Amino acid sequence: MSVLREWKYDMTWKEIEQKIHEKFDNKIIKWFEQNDERIYVDIDPSDMVDFSRFLFEDLQARFITASGVDTPRGGIEILYHFDFYQLPQVFSLRIFVKKPELEIESIAPYIKGAEWIEREIAELLGVKFNNHPNMKHLILPEDWPEGKYPLRRDQ
Amino acid sequence: MSEIIPIGPYHPLQEEPEFFRLHVEGEKVVKLDIEIGYNHRGIEKLAESKSWDQVVFLVERICGICSCSHPAASVNAMEDLGGIEAPERAQYIRTIIAELERIHSHMLWLGLAGHFIGYNTVWMWVWKYREIICDICEKITGNRQSYAMFKVWGVRRDILEEDIPWIKKYLSKLKPALDLFKGAVMDDPVIHARTKGVGVLTTKQAKDYCVVGPTARPSGVAIDVRKDNPYFAYDWVDWDIVVLQEGDVFAKVACRILEMYESVKIIEQCLDKMKPGPIDLNVKELPPGEGIGRTEAPRGEVYHYVRSDGSNFPARYKVRAPSYMNIFSNEVAVVGEKIADAALILAAVDPCYCCTERIVAVDRDKKEERVMKGSDLIRLSQERTEQVRKELGV
Repeated sequence: MSVLREWKYDMTWKEIEQKIHEKFDNKIIKWFEQNDERIYVDIDPSDMVDFSRFLFEDLQARFITASGVDTPRGGIEILYHFDFYQLPQVFSLRIFVKKPELEIESIAPYIKGAEWIEREIAELLGVKFNNHPNMKHLILPEDWPEGKYPLRRDQ
Repeated sequence: MSEIIPIGPYHPLQEEPEFFRLHVEGEKVVKLDIEIGYNHRGIEKLAESKSWDQVVFLVERICGICSCSHPAASVNAMEDLGGIEAPERAQYIRTIIAELERIHSHMLWLGLAGHFIGYNTVWMWVWKYREIICDICEKITGNRQSYAMFKVWGVRRDILEEDIPWIKKYLSKLKPALDLFKGAVMDDPVIHARTKGVGVLTTKQAKDYCVVGPTARPSGVAIDVRKDNPYFAYDWVDWDIVVLQEGDVFAKVACRILEMYESVKIIEQCLDKMKPGPIDLNVKELPPGEGIGRTEAPRGEVYHYVRSDGSNFPARYKVRAPSYMNIFSNEVAVVGEKIADAALILAAVDPCYCCTERIVAVDRDKKEERVMKGSDLIRLSQERTEQVRKELGV
């Protein structure tokens, strides 16, 4: 019986930062470090799938969850939170989805763990996730009226 | 042709109602559908109408078993947003409460797992020794559950110096009990036969499904927020995280038992290292901005995201509980296993499962429907243990 740490993430935060900048430098709208451990990066919704696949597949990041926020600025903000196993940093990708279309590509085909949270955001905030593998209600009942979104502020 | 066995949607024994639809061929499980949301309370929406102080109380109501892990993540998020940390003594007290809770939560799960596989003695033992923890919690906080100890930049009650020797003495009673569980569970050939190689979640699957806590660690994924992103007093004390490689139900049991020893270690060190000092900064207002708080609850990482517009209420409050990630991984862990093992595997992620209120078995060919009680699934599992016991001749 082993009581020790077996598997280590093999990159440092500096290396990760460098790799992200090498690949996506021109696509980052804003890079904001609130402190050493909390990084928020704004990108365009069209780059989301590439960026998150790069994080998850190439950099071996762990998907934590996504938070959808309805804003008064005519759209919905979605933050995809990632971390890098043993590293303390939480890396949040922020995208702004414009109303009234509210359509983006789903990342669930590549990141299995994102399947539920995308279903939740879809039903609570009314964002359409294209190419989602299993889009149906998660926490609201099946007979929930169409077009009613509990976390929207404009309703 | 596969049959469908619905399990759920609600069990009065534990919270977190879920609904599992097991697709079976003969005795083998071929597919699992999971439905949640039977008890959606809209706490995220409700939090937007509560003041910062009230939010901490509100999130304490999310889970009854790990009642302090949500307030812990909540104060972490607000302190991340505000940018100041709580005083040292408050951090030690918070750590003690969080670890006491981890022990009693793991014990509760161990007892239920024992009940599932027909070891009711383990169940009764666990309930007996869990009292020790509940008594200590009552001494420190005034409550056996839902302690209401956490507040932003502090705790609500101090641990009295004259109580510390009593707590230490009482806690020392727990060690023989832990040895008892370790011996009873880890040296028993029947439990080995029932749990080894059952419900395996590989390292790759654990990473794909992004599972956390004692579902990830037995699969070789060494994540623990207490080590990775230390909060409270976890980097001031000496302890190890428990990582195992097999990923089966046995590894999940072993991981939890070994973690309880580490928790006792942490509590003892905190009690020794605690120095007199302030326990609260009494800051009332939060600036506009956003904050992320995460803690290692007994079931894994709790994640809170909070946004403030400078007012007295959160503009957005997002909660992600560990079972949200862990339950989903059952989809792969249970496939290919026997029905009699399914109850145990679904319980092994500690989702406060037990949602076997009723079972309806539908035979698609015969179009017959037979309705069973939730206890039938436990009976099935217990019969399997009896059978294993006979085969092993013990």
